[in-house]
Amino acid sequence: MPETDLLAPEAPSAARNQRVVNNFAIQVATVNGSGSQTANLVLLRSIFQMGVPVSGKNMFPSNIAGLPTWYTIRASANGYLGRKKEVDFLIAMNPETAREDVLTLAPGAAVVFDEPLKLADLRKDLVFYPVPFDKLVTGLTTDAKLRRPVRNMLYDGVLSRLLSIDMAQMEHAIRKQLGRKQKAIDLNLGALKIGYDYAAANLPKQDPFVIEPMDKTQGMILIEGNAAAAIGCMMAGVTVVGWYPITPSSSLCESLIDYLKKYRRDETTGKATYAVIQAEDEIAALGMVIGAGWMGARAMTSTAGPGISLMSEFTGLGYYAEVPAVIFDVQRAGPSTGLPTRTGQQDVLSTAFLSHGDTKHPLLLPASVNECYTMAMDAFDVAERLQTPVFVLTDLDLGMNTWMSDPFQYPTKPFDRGKRLDADTLKRLGSFGRYRDVDGDGIPYRTVPGDGMPAFFTRGSGHNELAQYSERADDYAKNLDRLDRKFETARTLVPKPEVDLVDGGRVGLIAYGTTHWAIVESRDQLRAEHGFTTSYLRLRAYPFSEEVAAFIDACDRVYVVEQNRDGQMASLLKLDSTLERFAKIRSIRHYIGLPIDGRSVTTELLRQEGR
Amino acid sequence: MSTTVQPPAPGKKVNRIGLEPVAYRGGKTTLCAGCGHNAITERIIDAFYDLGVEPTDVVKLSGIGCSSKSPAYFLGSAHGFNSVHGRMPSVSTGAVVANRKMIAIGVSGDGDTGAIGVGQFVHLMRRNLPMIYIIEDNGCYGLTKGQFSPTADLGSKQKSGVINDLPPIDTCTLAIELGASFVARSFSGDPKQLKAILKAAISHRGTCMIDVLSPCVTFNDHEGSTKSYQYAKDHEEPVADMDYVPFFEEISVDYNPGTTTAVTLHDGSKLLLTKLNEQYNPTDKSAALSLLRETSTRGEFATGILYLEPDKQDFVDLLGLVDEPLAFLDESKLRPGRAALQEIMESFR
Repeated sequence: MPETDLLAPEAPSAARNQRVVNNFAIQVATVNGSGSQTANLVLLRSIFQMGVPVSGKNMFPSNIAGLPTWYTIRASANGYLGRKKEVDFLIAMNPETAREDVLTLAPGAAVVFDEPLKLADLRKDLVFYPVPFDKLVTGLTTDAKLRRPVRNMLYDGVLSRLLSIDMAQMEHAIRKQLGRKQKAIDLNLGALKIGYDYAAANLPKQDPFVIEPMDKTQGMILIEGNAAAAIGCMMAGVTVVGWYPITPSSSLCESLIDYLKKYRRDETTGKATYAVIQAEDEIAALGMVIGAGWMGARAMTSTAGPGISLMSEFTGLGYYAEVPAVIFDVQRAGPSTGLPTRTGQQDVLSTAFLSHGDTKHPLLLPASVNECYTMAMDAFDVAERLQTPVFVLTDLDLGMNTWMSDPFQYPTKPFDRGKRLDADTLKRLGSFGRYRDVDGDGIPYRTVPGDGMPAFFTRGSGHNELAQYSERADDYAKNLDRLDRKFETARTLVPKPEVDLVDGGRVGLIAYGTTHWAIVESRDQLRAEHGFTTSYLRLRAYPFSEEVAAFIDACDRVYVVEQNRDGQMASLLKLDSTLERFAKIRSIRHYIGLPIDGRSVTTELLRQEGR
Repeated sequence: MSTTVQPPAPGKKVNRIGLEPVAYRGGKTTLCAGCGHNAITERIIDAFYDLGVEPTDVVKLSGIGCSSKSPAYFLGSAHGFNSVHGRMPSVSTGAVVANRKMIAIGVSGDGDTGAIGVGQFVHLMRRNLPMIYIIEDNGCYGLTKGQFSPTADLGSKQKSGVINDLPPIDTCTLAIELGASFVARSFSGDPKQLKAILKAAISHRGTCMIDVLSPCVTFNDHEGSTKSYQYAKDHEEPVADMDYVPFFEEISVDYNPGTTTAVTLHDGSKLLLTKLNEQYNPTDKSAALSLLRETSTRGEFATGILYLEPDKQDFVDLLGLVDEPLAFLDESKLRPGRAALQEIMESFR
């Protein structure tokens, strides 16, 4: 797999004779559709239950069954949740990729492999553990259909023994994962024990990797970003959802449907306080959202790059007609169909300026599952306050992978439904002009059908303050200028960046979204290995608030680190900069379809710094 | 959504909720003089006035094109949304589910529906979304100066002499096949029939697809055009004479029982059909499709209510929505309590 990773592999994590505790990455190489996900999640959950910080990243093909897939579980005593570039412990189950998987490991790594693959002769600098999976599984069940998924639970048993992962935790995780399916639980527990016993009898420990209990996950949860965003949308009171299936965003709306069914039925009638509509395409999905938003409902859609392209025209209408909408973009690697099951941050510029004509849109940039939750709520507030489409940019890594997090807090802020005209306001204003800026913040008052307030005609064509059709030069320019003022107001409404301005940290790093996790790790590496102190600003939204300019001013130079080829956020920052700030902006980019890792940032920063 | 029943001022013509006809008018039309669309606008005004629908209970939607401009010309006190080309169906879908209490009327054209918007049109029909969907059908693109649309008939001639060499899409056939529960065709120059159809549509719950032949006086009203006034007048074939009796009026007219059928609409209104063709039954899907095929082979337009399924479940019912409009639910109904969040968090531990 690391063939696609063009950067040189790092030195081995540790010498072979030194114990490596709670700081290594396990990779399971298998084929998709083989039922390995249960075994992988049980492994992840067991380590988590032992109090060890852990993250799981699935690298899967755009396919349903039969193609290579890799699942990486990283244990990190320091709590690093980003991708670790080098694999320390490989479970080689896929004959197609086994050879290459082994050849690309760093010296000192360990390999559990399916015995018939005969991998042990490939390298002298690795530890090999052959396991006869087929032979072991035949004793377990006579049902051929069940053998394949249960076969995977065998490696969990083997790893339990080799890595000292508590069997009781494994068992607990199996029960948690399989719920009330007793037959499946029994079968899997059997496989787990067979794997463990086989390793105990036949595989003497030769590698340095071991899991020991810690207390760093107490009270925490394991969750995917898409589920977190779905919970946020429900708590934000979403009422209309229009969506079209697309990887990697589908599970956001699918989770949302499950939660809405359970928690958003009217208590007395049992009827739905929401409508979810699977649309005919992404154009229609956003059309429904715009229609519902115009009607006064809280409405959202969720998509990925190709869907964003299709939503372009409606986004422009939403901007110009001033209709609130929330659009989640779970980014994947493009262009075109690109790598639909790999990650990236490639839609920054396309969403910021989506549609023809002079348009610009607020972007919210969650970095964690918790922010997927909180920013979902922020997005609805901002969209209704500004009366405009708002994008929430996550990515496949955040949306579909499993992250640990503190449990989400119950929201304390009530909904902000924005400036809705009511009888008192109408009396105060004297008359209603839908697009009149009465408060000087560029945001006009709004009425919706059925609210008893004056109606108006909504259109994407030129209009004046009274929402009347107009092609007059002054009406047009005045309106565009007001929309620009509104965008200035947006700077003060969107989530502020997180700033860590350190004494002596004259070199600044700027990142957003999942790139954050690589930055956390890279800054530690720079400090520990090179005595290099950096400052850091994590962007949480566009348009940029004043803290961003202040941060650039405080640094000698800043590196914008992101997961796309063209340095899209760096460009956006430059567009917003004075010449002085512009000259300070540099760029570190990562675009291989896999999540960015800390080591790559460290290496590239040192190279650009000439150190 | 308040019902403003005011005592009528003496001597003034008012409808049953005390509103004058002017309350149903909109802005001044900017379409060409003699445009069929203006006649349709007039019938929409008449139908809503006659039934005494509160204009503020209505929302008007459209796509882009000459036809799509027309919602600005009726029911001026209702909200309107002139959206993007071919996408009125999706905007309407979001709007209708967001507020099920509003009466939605959409106006589209033959290009807006049959070409750029045919994908969304198909799915709107399939969902049987409760709304009135009017196609003002002139077989050409008026606003971009006369190009053929997908409803232009095979062999019809453009003003410039260009002949259309592709077969037309029959929007009524499509709508019936796909699940619309009220499908009609009429002619902008037939005020009586069009008004009766519109009134029945207002009383029906479900998608009311009404294709109205509406000649384009500027680009498609000449000899050789199958969408000209003359052609339509010569080839219109009504399937039934119809009358409509709203739920609040007694049926007092004495119809000949041998040839008249009364169809009850969801609100109790009655549609009275005096059949010209004894075999024709608008609730028979196959018969409707056959009729369309036969008449089109003869170069004729069957007009009237072609298909009607009065009790078909509409999309809002299918979704099982609460009675109160989703758009007006407040935080107490929309944000689950602490226990819910706690339960969800527990599931991820």
